[in-house]
Amino acid sequence: MEKLNNQQIIEALQKTFGEDAVYGIGESHGILQVTTHVDNIVPMMHFLYADPILKFQFLTDLAGIHFPEAKGQELGVVYHLHSLENNVRLWIKAYAPIEAPNFPTLTGLYASANWMEREAFDFYGIIFEGHPNLIRILNLDDMDYHPMRKEYPLEDATRHDKIDEMFGR
Amino acid sequence: MSEIALVNSPNVGLDKTQKGGPYVNDLSTLNLGPTHPATHGIFQNILTMDGETIVDAEQTVGYIHRAFEKIAERRPFYQITTLTDRMNYCSSPINNMGWHLTVEKLLGIEVPKRAQYIRVIMMELARLADHIVCNSILAVDTGALTGFLYVYQWREHIYEIYEELCGARLTTNMGRFGGMERDLSKVAIEKINVLLEGLPKGLKEFEGMVMRNRIFMDRTQNVGAISAERALNYGFTGPNLRAAGVDYDVRSLNPYSSYEDFEFDVPVGTKGDTYDRFLVREEEMWQSLRIIQQAMDNLPEGPYHADAPHYYLPPKQEVYKNMEALIYHFKIVMGEIDAPVGEVYQSVEGGNGELGFYLVSDGGRTPYRLKFRRPGFIYYQAFPEMIKGSSLSDAIVTMSSMNVIAGELDT
Repeated sequence: MEKLNNQQIIEALQKTFGEDAVYGIGESHGILQVTTHVDNIVPMMHFLYADPILKFQFLTDLAGIHFPEAKGQELGVVYHLHSLENNVRLWIKAYAPIEAPNFPTLTGLYASANWMEREAFDFYGIIFEGHPNLIRILNLDDMDYHPMRKEYPLEDATRHDKIDEMFGR
Repeated sequence: MSEIALVNSPNVGLDKTQKGGPYVNDLSTLNLGPTHPATHGIFQNILTMDGETIVDAEQTVGYIHRAFEKIAERRPFYQITTLTDRMNYCSSPINNMGWHLTVEKLLGIEVPKRAQYIRVIMMELARLADHIVCNSILAVDTGALTGFLYVYQWREHIYEIYEELCGARLTTNMGRFGGMERDLSKVAIEKINVLLEGLPKGLKEFEGMVMRNRIFMDRTQNVGAISAERALNYGFTGPNLRAAGVDYDVRSLNPYSSYEDFEFDVPVGTKGDTYDRFLVREEEMWQSLRIIQQAMDNLPEGPYHADAPHYYLPPKQEVYKNMEALIYHFKIVMGEIDAPVGEVYQSVEGGNGELGFYLVSDGGRTPYRLKFRRPGFIYYQAFPEMIKGSSLSDAIVTMSSMNVIAGELDT
């Protein structure tokens, strides 16, 4: 059997979801990445899971990310999928505005998404709608902010002995 | 306590309500952890028990969360290596190398063959150390202390080899971007040869004591089993997934650091229970020894690090007399070197599964975003499902055989 190539994946996705739904196509060291609209995530994941050729049936990881400059698409989620049979990896990205960071949950398809989504919620405040138990996982329950967002500096901002310039930052 | 779990409980239907209130009151809550000697790390499990049977379990994690991903966004790449040490501290060299491979991928550094082979040797030693800990402690948890002592001295020996290469034992911070910081010394080679000769004997002794031991088998067979399908759905990787019968090993599927040069088998189990996980780890130790032997036999001559002056720290004596070396030394130590813009994912076969690094660089001196894919974090979710309906003592051995490391789980 010929190895699945990235072009086939793009074509399959565009055929099913329309050309407008799949954008931001790129490749990084052989790994294909596509961006899609938040509404498309669940149908796209189900399609990739069920397709007899693609078989993206392993959710490797789910990473939240914050781009404060991208207005209207500040918060993003990167889904790392792996088709173990074809040995092909795929990143699916989606973005949402920081005022309403609502994403659909993937817990219906992947049991592993449960804690991954809780982690993204904990650190970025991304709301996964339909998640069975969306509470903080690594941080304190009574924390009132989402620490991985870029507006929270790592070091104490009130200190004057640690000026960025002195450290070449 | 959910109603559903109650219905599934084997004792529903028995008339236990003669005196007190409804049957629900007969369930008791047991707090296992956060600091419990049998959980090997800081994990809390709130178990709902019906007598000796576990009806439901809920985990609390994050007791040693140290915000590594946030700290990494402020640190130059070299300083992140020390963070990776503290994730899976049973096999820190694998974490170090995984991080170095990630950065090398971003920077496009070609690592010489000798350095790759030394890395393979160190990674396999780390895997040996990790599996020695996991399997011998599993035996201890079932009540067999002696076997543990037979193999634990070899873990000590492996730490001495680490010391030869990097000066540290537990948090190794081993290697550099582009290769190793020093070559295999004469002492290191001697020690590796002693290990290759001695560990098989110790391992055989351990296996003879534990593997076909009636008590050990009764305690571990059909305990904490998970099917291949559920394991994949739960994101299992590493020995735990292979015990369930899926032959996914990053070393053979996506070879890195010249793993394609070596011949080794990927052992798989059939049932995915505690005993299978134990057997898979045992066999992996033999395979690791095989890989180390091959690497030692075919160790190529040549440099042990890449010629990448922007990223590889110059030798200290050069720094004192050579201006370029001084400049590079300063720039590397102060983290003055900007990385290219890019996005990479690199995974390695860690001690307990696929250890992945997702690095987003915006062209600055620090990562824009760094996500660690910690295998333990992902598969520990399945723990309640694996222990439901079993007894408390089974839960302890199941957890032990899953090889969950608190430092890795909580980053």
